[in-house]
Amino acid sequence: MENEKHHIVSYKTYTVILLVLIALTFISIGITNIELGSFAVTGALLLASVKSFLVLTYFMHLKYDKPYIILMVAFVFAVFLAVIIITFFDYFFR
Amino acid sequence: MQATSKIPTDVSYLEYKGKYKGLLSWILSTDHKRIALLYMYSMMVLFLVGVALGLAMKLELIAPGKTIMEANDYNAVFTVHGVIMIFMIVIPGLPAVFGNFMLPIMIGAKDVAFPKLNLLSWYVYIAGALLVIASLLFGPGTPDTGWTFYAPYSFKTGTNMLPAIFGAFVLGFSSILTGLNFIVTIHRLRAPGMKWTKMPLFPWTLYGTAWIQLLATPVVGITLVLVALERIFGIGVFDPALGGDPILYQHLFWIYSHPAVYVMILPAMGAISEIIPTFSQKHIFGYKAIIASTLAIAFVGYFVWGHHMFTSGMSGTAQYTFSILTFLVAIPSAIKVFNWISTMYKGSIRMETPFYWAASFIFIFMIGGLSGLVLGALSTNIYVHDTAFVVAHFHFIVFGGVGFSFFGAVHYWFPKLYGRMYEKSWANVGWLTFTIGFLALYSPMFYLGMQGMPRRYYDYLEEFHSANILSTLGSWVMTFGLVIILINLYRSSKNGKIASINPWDGKTLEWTVPSPPPVENFDEVPVYGEKDGPYEY
Repeated sequence: MENEKHHIVSYKTYTVILLVLIALTFISIGITNIELGSFAVTGALLLASVKSFLVLTYFMHLKYDKPYIILMVAFVFAVFLAVIIITFFDYFFR
Repeated sequence: MQATSKIPTDVSYLEYKGKYKGLLSWILSTDHKRIALLYMYSMMVLFLVGVALGLAMKLELIAPGKTIMEANDYNAVFTVHGVIMIFMIVIPGLPAVFGNFMLPIMIGAKDVAFPKLNLLSWYVYIAGALLVIASLLFGPGTPDTGWTFYAPYSFKTGTNMLPAIFGAFVLGFSSILTGLNFIVTIHRLRAPGMKWTKMPLFPWTLYGTAWIQLLATPVVGITLVLVALERIFGIGVFDPALGGDPILYQHLFWIYSHPAVYVMILPAMGAISEIIPTFSQKHIFGYKAIIASTLAIAFVGYFVWGHHMFTSGMSGTAQYTFSILTFLVAIPSAIKVFNWISTMYKGSIRMETPFYWAASFIFIFMIGGLSGLVLGALSTNIYVHDTAFVVAHFHFIVFGGVGFSFFGAVHYWFPKLYGRMYEKSWANVGWLTFTIGFLALYSPMFYLGMQGMPRRYYDYLEEFHSANILSTLGSWVMTFGLVIILINLYRSSKNGKIASINPWDGKTLEWTVPSPPPVENFDEVPVYGEKDGPYEY
């Protein structure tokens, strides 16, 4: 909408986030060389979560959006989490 | 603010001569109303194919043993019938046709938020439909897995599965794009003063539906890609021989496909919530309760998928969790029925064709819903699982629910779509014939299922014969009713009496614009005052 304020994110911020994402990608490849046992998947998921958080916050502009947009995204993640938990009601108790 | 344009406001969308002429003026139009009709005509063609396949199945079942087809042909016929009817008709049905046509008008907008994306959705829909049809015509054999594409059979069968799977995947994209468009449209383009609590109920149900389309459809998309990868490369996600888990496929499939039932039924309930107050000439009873129940159905509907899997071998904990959650969905559904009945109470009821469809919807939906409780309860589910009882329940909900609502909506909004009235007496004859045929077709299946007749078999024991004859006769009567309805609507769209702006004395915004509406719907964007509302009779 033309009469709403738009927040301009600087190139510097975008560049820093891009570099952090690239670094995290290398780290996620690197840790596969370390024997973490059952924590390997946890580590990979944690790194992926951090990367998703950065993309959502800066590249997808959530940091500068109205609260209801953030609420929508949070709601989606809550539903996703609930679906995962309920699915594991089968796998954990089979 | 919506941009001003030079499109004339006194020319209807059907007569408007834009940049293109003839067929191009339809298939390149970004007008939400023309796109809605594109969907409706495409779906009608596919629907008739699905009906023909259904009739073939019922004819096969008129007697035990082979009647008109072999067992493998029967497997292919019920698979294609299911894929067409589910993925191409009932899931996109009401949102793509009446959502597209009515949503912008009902909320006082000139179009949806992304008109070009809207047209793209239709093209994606057609591409998906063509892929599925290609799986029938080319390759090693028609898909025979059923519409659920269950693993491991779906990646082991020698039939032409890949185009069908990819077609369903592409159809999902169309659904996602439409859902996204509707969410943005409802958030951003409501008329000034139309608060959330003043929005009509049909847009509300489209809103709940759009969220399901957006969140659940990607799950089935990814799942179908995994089946394709399993088939081509043998990656071992679902294949037990490679350490995979076929029950995981069922989880992933139903995580989408159960919410998809609510994609089908919520807009159907929305259309009924428009028809009943109009023909009762009374404010809808429990407006906010209906909104809450809509959102509750959409939300709880995400967490009940496991009731399709009670006999699959999943854990007991999961079984009773899903059973309890399933019973929760019955509550908001019952709230809606209570509110519709209460709206009619002491109303000035007008017995017109849309009202007949709506009233019979409630009757049939109640039977479908209550038989759903039989399937939601663990003990009884085990008994009737994979029997004709499930087929009866499913068709009472999906065909009886969505189908009756769709035909109700067609007869309700027909004057607005074409600017003409249909022949009411023939419309009533069509409804009555169709309803009698429907009940004769599907009711015997409850009995057959209780007696133990399994579904998806082309043969059966002699003791099931008489009920199957009744069912097949019902399919003929229902199809005869359908023919009456379609001929009447087709003839009326060409030669029917000219309809007024508001032939039913409705109060929602679509009844304030000409019939048929101009391209951009409104001369001036309507403004809702403090005392205005969608059902102020």
